[in-house]
Amino acid sequence: MQAVSRLRGFVPGTVRQMAGNRSSDRLLPWLLVPVFVISILPMARLAIEGVFIGGVPSTDYIRDVLGNSTTWRATTNSLYTAGLGTIISLLIGGAFAFLVALTDIRAKAVLVFCFMIPMMIPPQITALAWVQLTGPSSALLNAIGMAPAMGSPQPLYSAEGIALLLGIQHASIVFLTLRANLRLLPREQIEAARLAGARGGRLWWQIILPLTSPGLIAGTAMAFVTALGNFGIPAMLGIPANYSTLPTLIYQKLAGFGPSVLGEVSVLAMLIGAIAICGVALHHRLLGKRDYRLMGMVGRPLDIRLGARRSLVEIVLWAVLIAILVVPLMGLIATALVPAFGVKLSLSNYSFDAFYEVLFVQPSTIRAFHNSFMLSVGAAVTLVAICLPLAYVIVRRPTRLTHLVNLMVEVPYALPGVVLAIACILLFIRIPVINISLYGTLGIIFVAYLARFLVIALRPVMNSFSQLDPALEEAAQACGAGVGRRLRDILLPLAAPSAAAGALLVFLTAFNELTVSALLWSSGNETLGVLIFNLDDSGDTVLASAVAVVVVIVVITLMTCFQLASRRLPKGVVPWQT
Amino acid sequence: MADINLSRITKSFGDYRAVNQVSLDIADGEFVALLGPSGCGKTTLLRLLAGFEEPDGGVISLGGQAVADPANRVMVNPEARNLGIVFQSYALWPHMSVARNVGYPLEVRGLGRAERDARIAKALATVALEPYADRNPTELSGGQRQRVALARCLVMEPRAVLLDEPLANLDVHLRETMQQAFLDFHRRTGATMIYVTHDQAEAMAMADRIAVMDRGRIRQMAAPETLYREPADHMVAGFVGAGAVLPIDDVAIHDAGRCSVRLGDAAIQARICQKVASNSDMRNGRDLGLCLRPEDIWVDDAGTLRGSVEDCVYLGGRFRLMVRLDGDQILPVYATKRARIGEAVGLVISDGWVFDRTEDEAA
Ligand SMILES: Nc1ncnc2c1ncn2[C@@H]1O[C@H](COP(=O)(O)OP(=O)(O)OP(=O)(O)O)[C@@H](O)[C@H]1O
Ligand SMILES: [Mg+2]
Repeated sequence: MQAVSRLRGFVPGTVRQMAGNRSSDRLLPWLLVPVFVISILPMARLAIEGVFIGGVPSTDYIRDVLGNSTTWRATTNSLYTAGLGTIISLLIGGAFAFLVALTDIRAKAVLVFCFMIPMMIPPQITALAWVQLTGPSSALLNAIGMAPAMGSPQPLYSAEGIALLLGIQHASIVFLTLRANLRLLPREQIEAARLAGARGGRLWWQIILPLTSPGLIAGTAMAFVTALGNFGIPAMLGIPANYSTLPTLIYQKLAGFGPSVLGEVSVLAMLIGAIAICGVALHHRLLGKRDYRLMGMVGRPLDIRLGARRSLVEIVLWAVLIAILVVPLMGLIATALVPAFGVKLSLSNYSFDAFYEVLFVQPSTIRAFHNSFMLSVGAAVTLVAICLPLAYVIVRRPTRLTHLVNLMVEVPYALPGVVLAIACILLFIRIPVINISLYGTLGIIFVAYLARFLVIALRPVMNSFSQLDPALEEAAQACGAGVGRRLRDILLPLAAPSAAAGALLVFLTAFNELTVSALLWSSGNETLGVLIFNLDDSGDTVLASAVAVVVVIVVITLMTCFQLASRRLPKGVVPWQT
Repeated sequence: MADINLSRITKSFGDYRAVNQVSLDIADGEFVALLGPSGCGKTTLLRLLAGFEEPDGGVISLGGQAVADPANRVMVNPEARNLGIVFQSYALWPHMSVARNVGYPLEVRGLGRAERDARIAKALATVALEPYADRNPTELSGGQRQRVALARCLVMEPRAVLLDEPLANLDVHLRETMQQAFLDFHRRTGATMIYVTHDQAEAMAMADRIAVMDRGRIRQMAAPETLYREPADHMVAGFVGAGAVLPIDDVAIHDAGRCSVRLGDAAIQARICQKVASNSDMRNGRDLGLCLRPEDIWVDDAGTLRGSVEDCVYLGGRFRLMVRLDGDQILPVYATKRARIGEAVGLVISDGWVFDRTEDEAA
């Protein structure tokens, strides 16, 4: 009886707080404040460099940079390589996601597991491996007699070469976003289409593809923006061919150093930012027209039978995987095992000296591992905590402000890492008001990571929020659950797979990240990316490869741990689990 | 304490007024059915009540307190209204077991574990789902999911229960059981119930009063028998129950709301709407309608009203004839014996209802 009165008593107490128009929701916009601080403020600070000369507003830098034909050539090149690369990512990542999520192919877990690995190899290492692999002096191609003639140009030193590697590098982004989306696809909708007579290609083109278009569009946008800001691949492949993209142009400007360098870099950064924002705006336009909320129950996976074609499909998938994973890894391992760079590897002369050197002689390796691990785990956890409520506000309570934030968070990710790093230095070298400097600490790298990877964590979560049947949340609301409680009990568990996918993406990207920390590190605060780069830069390519191999092994070990723990975790938290 | 008052509630989606100037007064403990054709705004009205939509204008009050009043910037969150709602699409949480789904409202209210389990068990027993407590909603059939949604709503003993076509997916037998469960629950708790349906038999069987909606408006709100015997306008007369509305132009008023009407060669004694009876302008116009129900019409060769049989259907125990009158109007009639198609028959009409046919355009 007491409980009944408690239930009844629930009413008058709460109705009295009616003065507020959805009063608890009023708090939600405050979530936007940290986002402003970490991702919009540094950009604004950098933009000021471009439009002020000596404290006076001026358009000189803008006129200089935009009037220069190299700017426009680099812009065209950036658009071309990023665009083509995105198409390649879409083809590879999309095909993998669809086949793994919807069909009855075998060994899905292993397939997905392996597909995640290429992303963990830093882009410049990938580029290095491919260059060593495909050039006229390739050990592998020479062995099978297919190497290009000596003196002929390296085929990868071209726009298409850059695009190919960008495409391979970012295929997992498309894959993860799309797969999180496919998980929410209720079986009934596809079954209904099949009953309506849709079969084979028609089923794919008319039902599955449109239903998954939010994920496809989101993945495409993310792959494009990532490719646009990629520095490692165009640097390794483009600079030898005198082919510059916006990030390499900025790098060259910075290397040249002059009095106007900051101003010019700022304008170039704004140009890249503008392109990225256009891409994202287009993505939102496209998404805005589709409200494909998936009604009904989610959760039961689908198994379209491929029948006789199954083996063929499996062979193709594994062949692609070998090409994009095993081959570059082999190259990397081979380089790590040679006694000295340039020496031809054979069964008689391999050595583990490089591994011994980096692991036991140089203290910096362990330190870098520690730093990178703390930074990437910290960034992943913090960002997921920010992104769950943030995505909720953006998706469910859209205002003009959230639209703006939605576009702006894309900028720190699209800009080349060096640009973000400069922006962070400018802003945090002396924090106004509290007067402390983050420069020279891990803190500045951490803040820069938050800014840079916010969008990676945000998109998958937003994506899954926009696909949930709103009635699921409304039912909880009718049960008396307030905003926080609904987030915790209903939305969070349902968005957990996407949030975990986002966190994993952040972790993996941050673990090997180089371009942001390249300017922000200080002695004792180096990251793995910096370590590998510094070793490579000072000619210790073998040591660099050894560290890279160790990194890959560590990450694969971590992933295996997740895999083993997955049975205890809620369903779908480990993204590659079927 | 849980009487519900809606006053001139309007809600538009873009240019389309899904709910248009709706006023409703529902007494505490009343069982009201919301009946209307698909797309007429029933779900929208329910969502306005629950607080998921904010009205563009008008006032909604629960138990005398305004919970939505845009003019005074009042809008109480759905979670603070303590209304139970059962959604058309179930809205079960796929990541929680059936028991946790059902117990969630209690969890939110901070009830103790033992108390909670006891109530969950009771609610599941009401919908005959005890063996499924530990299943996942994805592993249930459509009807079972619907019942879980009902149990989740009933367990919190809300002050009013909003149900959006809750029995649409159940078979006839289960539907009767569930109807009984609702009625029992209603009697036991005295909670106000608002029940959306487009099944009029269900509405008539369960509700104290029925509100008929059409294109965003409430056409009539009355007890089922009143709705059936005395429809306020053409739409209600056509939508509720079998029968026909015939245009008439000649009415002779008697006392106490009765009148006689000419239909072809026959003179029919009928009841007349008070508004029409007291307004002589309306009476002389040619926009009156006569609503005839099949149980008031007999086949009798002595009948002066003549027609030919268009169709004859056996309903079990009786036949339903469709009889075409001379004026080309078609009347449904119950008969005790089969009739040939095309056969000429005479009809006797014992009762009818005269009302203003133009009312719906004016509304
Ligand atoms: N969110 C929305 N945006 C735009 N139009 C809407 C929205 N929700 C409902 N409508 C429109 O409002 C009208 C009323 O919808 P509602 O869902 O209330 O109908 P209903 O009476 O519940 O129908 P049914 O019996 O088929 O469930 C419909 O014409 C519908 O298209
Ligand atoms: Mg409806």
